[in-house]
Amino acid sequence: MDSPKPDRRSTLPLILAAAGKEAARRDLALLLFVVGLMAASLTMPGWAVYLVTVMLARGLVVLGLLLLWRTGLMSFGQALYYGIGAYAVGLTQKYLGLREAFSLLALGIVAAVLVAIALGFLLRQYRDIFFAMLSLAFSMILYGALVKSETLGSTDGFAVLTPHFLAWTPGTASAQYDLLLLCIAAVASGIYLVGRYLASPMGHLTTAIRDNEIRVEYLGFPVRRAIHVKYVLAAALSGAGGALVALAVGHIDPDMSYWTTSGEFVFVTILAGSGSVFAPFLGSAIFEILRTYATDYAPYSWQMVLGVSLLLLILFMPNGVWSLFRARRKAAAP
Amino acid sequence: MVTAVTIFVDGLVYAAWLFIVAVGLTLIFGVMKVLNVAHGGFYSMGAYAAAWSVGIYFDAGLAPAGSFLLLALSAVVVGVVLGLVLERGLLRFVYGRDDILVVLVTYAAFLILENLVLLIWGVDAYPAYQPSALLGSTAIAGLPFNNYELLLVVVAAAIGLALTWGLARTRLGKLLRAVIFDREMAVAFGIDVARLFTGTFVVGAILGALGGAVTAPTISVVPGIGVEVIVLAFAVVVIGGLGSVMGTILGALIVGLARAAAVHLLPEVELFVIYGVMSLVLILRPRGLFAQAQPRRI
Repeated sequence: MDSPKPDRRSTLPLILAAAGKEAARRDLALLLFVVGLMAASLTMPGWAVYLVTVMLARGLVVLGLLLLWRTGLMSFGQALYYGIGAYAVGLTQKYLGLREAFSLLALGIVAAVLVAIALGFLLRQYRDIFFAMLSLAFSMILYGALVKSETLGSTDGFAVLTPHFLAWTPGTASAQYDLLLLCIAAVASGIYLVGRYLASPMGHLTTAIRDNEIRVEYLGFPVRRAIHVKYVLAAALSGAGGALVALAVGHIDPDMSYWTTSGEFVFVTILAGSGSVFAPFLGSAIFEILRTYATDYAPYSWQMVLGVSLLLLILFMPNGVWSLFRARRKAAAP
Repeated sequence: MVTAVTIFVDGLVYAAWLFIVAVGLTLIFGVMKVLNVAHGGFYSMGAYAAAWSVGIYFDAGLAPAGSFLLLALSAVVVGVVLGLVLERGLLRFVYGRDDILVVLVTYAAFLILENLVLLIWGVDAYPAYQPSALLGSTAIAGLPFNNYELLLVVVAAAIGLALTWGLARTRLGKLLRAVIFDREMAVAFGIDVARLFTGTFVVGAILGALGGAVTAPTISVVPGIGVEVIVLAFAVVVIGGLGSVMGTILGALIVGLARAAAVHLLPEVELFVIYGVMSLVLILRPRGLFAQAQPRRI
């Protein structure tokens, strides 16, 4: 037997170096993304500021779904946490009078995380369609509770006031813009943390679990706990998205936790593809543009537009729009 | 005592309705391993087609008894057309893809169907109370119960019997069970799985549309009725174990009686009781009551 023995010690630095390069490239891209957004926001008209804020906040939810989707799981009820985030903000403001943006955002995240930790014990046992539909069932329970209960605002929901930022109260003119900055900060931290997480050993388990869960178990990794962690992370991101949208829109209603909202998030996840942590925000941007034009040109066919584009995506672009970038990079490489 | 009888009869009626609505979903899943979200679309299409045609029928002043035939007929037409179009035109191209992607394809089909309903019939409500009003009511323990709703129990029982008997005794049923048990082996033995798939899907679609059609006389048919149905039907079949007809009967009975009990004893929890029961069953038996244990394959 004189076949060459693979020497782990000699390949490990190479792998680490490649990972480091990848991380450096991601951080640079993130920096460019944030600087570009902030520069663009200075020249934006008011309506665009609002649109970009909502787009970024909803992109956060999709970023959470991307974590699950990379694991091979799809939640059809992510609006549960989106709704929880939003209602945590709305209810605290209404009943406790707290109007400070940072603490409201934190509250939205904490509320979503607590619920996710509890539900995660049940959901982590399920895969595929069971996981998807059970999530859907839970989100419908929240929707039902919100619609039925007067104290929670019933079908109309209620208004959310303009927030303060720490000790500072912005004028109404600058409030939207300040919220956009908060949103950019939240998105940047989200991208950074998820990127770091995916590069960690636990993060590398995401695709491994999707490919072959039993082998991962044989390697000694706790698959269910890993899925639980991802589920809670996804919920935290969704809670943050919901809280930010509540502040930006200034109104919350039960539709935020309805299945159509979840469906839109799933749609954007498929549209974007799971190729990169930036993909959700590209997908979210395309979605908001699509929706703006669809309500203008085909107001009664919005679901049709969604359904048909979802079909076309699944059939002809299964890895999402991000795969276009990937393909070009590969083609450019010698 | 009266409350107990009321709960029992109400629960039975609701269970019958749940069974009719959910059995198509479980049949399609059992044979094809496709969770068909478009089932909700079949339901609303069936309801609208029935309500619309019954409305025209009574406006024309024809013999009232024929309207029952019309309910069944509209379900069959809707089911055959939609079933064929969806299975032959769409689903067969995605067999073998990731389960979730197949669900998403049916979800996309559901969105399109819901929008089609809106485009064809608009946003107005379609009442079709006549068949229900025609039958009058019966007094049970001194309380009047609508005969049409009691008829639903008979219809559900007939469907349940026909399906269990058909699966257990007929040649077609045996072929289907072979496919359910081991699809690859069935193909190897020369069973034409593609044709069985199309047939199953059409039957499932007819059952879904029938669920809508028989419901139309008891409700006001409005946009969005398909959504709740798909979530409810899923809860029922999950409790019983996806793919099992017996399980669906049991799941429908459990949910139906639990909901009726909640409505009469503690109305505030009505909405939670269904999902509460579902969560409880799943905690105790993660794959549902009647599901067989699945071997884990590497």
